[in-house]
Amino acid sequence: MANRALGAPGLGGPQPLTKPGLAASSQARYQPLLKAGDSHLADRFFFIAILGCGLSVLALVGLIVYELITKSALSWHAFGLKFFFRSDWDPVNNQFGALPFVYGTIVSSILALILAVPLAVGVAVFITEMSPRWLRNPLAFITELLAAIPSVIYGLWAIFVLVPLLRQYVQPGLARYFGWTGLFEGPPYGIGMLAAGIILAIMVVPIISSITREVMTAVPQQQREAVFALGATRWEMIRTGVLRNARAGILGGVILGLGRALGETMAVTMVIGNRPEIAKSLFAPGYTMASVIANEFSEATGDLYLSSLIEVGLALFIVTIIVNMVAQFLVWTVTRGMPARSNA
Amino acid sequence: MNSLATCLAATAVFLVLLPLAAIFAYLVYKGFGSINWAFLTQTPKPVGEPGGGMANAIAGSVYILLIASTFGVPLGIGAGIYLSEYGRNQFGNVIRFTADVLNGVPSIIIGIVAYGLVVLSQGHFSALAGGVALAIMMIPTITRATEEMLLLVPIAVREAAYGLGVSKWRTTLSITLRTATSGVITGVMLAFARVAGETAPLLFTAFGNQYWNWKMDQPTAALSLQIFSYAISPFDEWHRQAWAGALILIILIVFSVTAVRIAASRGMLKGAS
Repeated sequence: MANRALGAPGLGGPQPLTKPGLAASSQARYQPLLKAGDSHLADRFFFIAILGCGLSVLALVGLIVYELITKSALSWHAFGLKFFFRSDWDPVNNQFGALPFVYGTIVSSILALILAVPLAVGVAVFITEMSPRWLRNPLAFITELLAAIPSVIYGLWAIFVLVPLLRQYVQPGLARYFGWTGLFEGPPYGIGMLAAGIILAIMVVPIISSITREVMTAVPQQQREAVFALGATRWEMIRTGVLRNARAGILGGVILGLGRALGETMAVTMVIGNRPEIAKSLFAPGYTMASVIANEFSEATGDLYLSSLIEVGLALFIVTIIVNMVAQFLVWTVTRGMPARSNA
Repeated sequence: MNSLATCLAATAVFLVLLPLAAIFAYLVYKGFGSINWAFLTQTPKPVGEPGGGMANAIAGSVYILLIASTFGVPLGIGAGIYLSEYGRNQFGNVIRFTADVLNGVPSIIIGIVAYGLVVLSQGHFSALAGGVALAIMMIPTITRATEEMLLLVPIAVREAAYGLGVSKWRTTLSITLRTATSGVITGVMLAFARVAGETAPLLFTAFGNQYWNWKMDQPTAALSLQIFSYAISPFDEWHRQAWAGALILIILIVFSVTAVRIAASRGMLKGAS
């Protein structure tokens, strides 16, 4: 279409070669586009400007790495690698150890994945393979809407709706029937690791399910028909024909969700309780790497305190980068170069 | 087994849609009653005094987003042009990969970096620092969207322009980019919607403010920051306002995302093919 619009003056215009009398007027029509002369120089300038924009992306990541490394040097020299294995966080006495935050981040993210993965895959299977055709796009749109809600609003909702619900109904029930596992002990505050895991699960479902949908759509249609032709029911077809072929990509989506859960800040900060302790029970309050930065960074007094917080940030940065790279690679093996969207 | 699986999948859909419905229902139920003229036109009142509003926070959010777009949009589109027009090589792949890495960086870390870059050199929290943080988050999204959209423009269109003797820069800006305009705008709006509700990178850059501020180098209120501090406060009046602020924020975001969605399904492909 743009092709046609562009060609219009040439196609519709007179033929300069056969009708020399009209050549002058057609020349005039081409004039605005034909700017010979210094176009080479202009091209150079344009290329340099555009290259500058491209390089800015590299520069930004370089800058992030540089800032994090230089600003965390103080804490690195003071505590070394032991920083991540010490569990005392005592700003008054300048003793810092990040173990409670590492623990909180890992436990809340894993809890989120345990809850989110079956749901997300179920949603993706339903949307791509089972739902009536007319329902497909609306459902996909609505689940992606979940990804557009800002995390502070998830946090707000969790504080005033999810936490009271957990405190009054869910936690007493869990404590009564599953208390013997040791995971559901202690006073039901509502706020704590369990609430953080649930809100994270709600937040990562759209990411996992949209990647899962993407890789399931990439499975060739003939594959489905072939399995049907062998007499399989629809579920058998989905299981053997689709899910098995897409499993690397689905794993990629799950890991991408993990990356999001690890770095998620606001919603978790608002419901996890923010206490730097390691407790076995999921009812107990905890703390994550991202939320300790969010809570304490702007009031951190003392260079070592600030530097320790930035070191927590550096560790979080490195882990999320690795997790995202693995995920991108896995998704790529299924979709073969179709871009994997990490964020909707 | 077959119908059991269908049942389970449908249950999963139901369980996922439930919190979505609950969040929207609560937002409307709690927020709608609290939005009034005072909320939209006044600054926050001190603790204990009823009334007051978030006018300065709404304006602050818009202000910070404008600063962010000023930096982020040109850089992002430029990088996208580089990737699609000059970047079909190894070096382009490096930039592409770096953009994806930048996209996955947790937002709180972008906040630390903006703090180190802007706040430390200025000496205090500022709207500029908040804008820079959000700009860094916008760039990778816009870059990848622009690249994707420019690649949809057929090579023949570019060749037609070259055939008329148009220089490469002019072709790229007036032909290729122009053909993909609506797609690129979609990408920009998505990036915009993504950062509009961001709180973590603003915590120690824009910092928040109880009063009006239009200075680039002063702390500025933002809607998301205000929601956060009100939500964790112990006052009912502030909780009420947090819900109202959240409703306004989500209306802004859902409106822009939906508008983009409609624009994308109508215009984007038509313009490109």
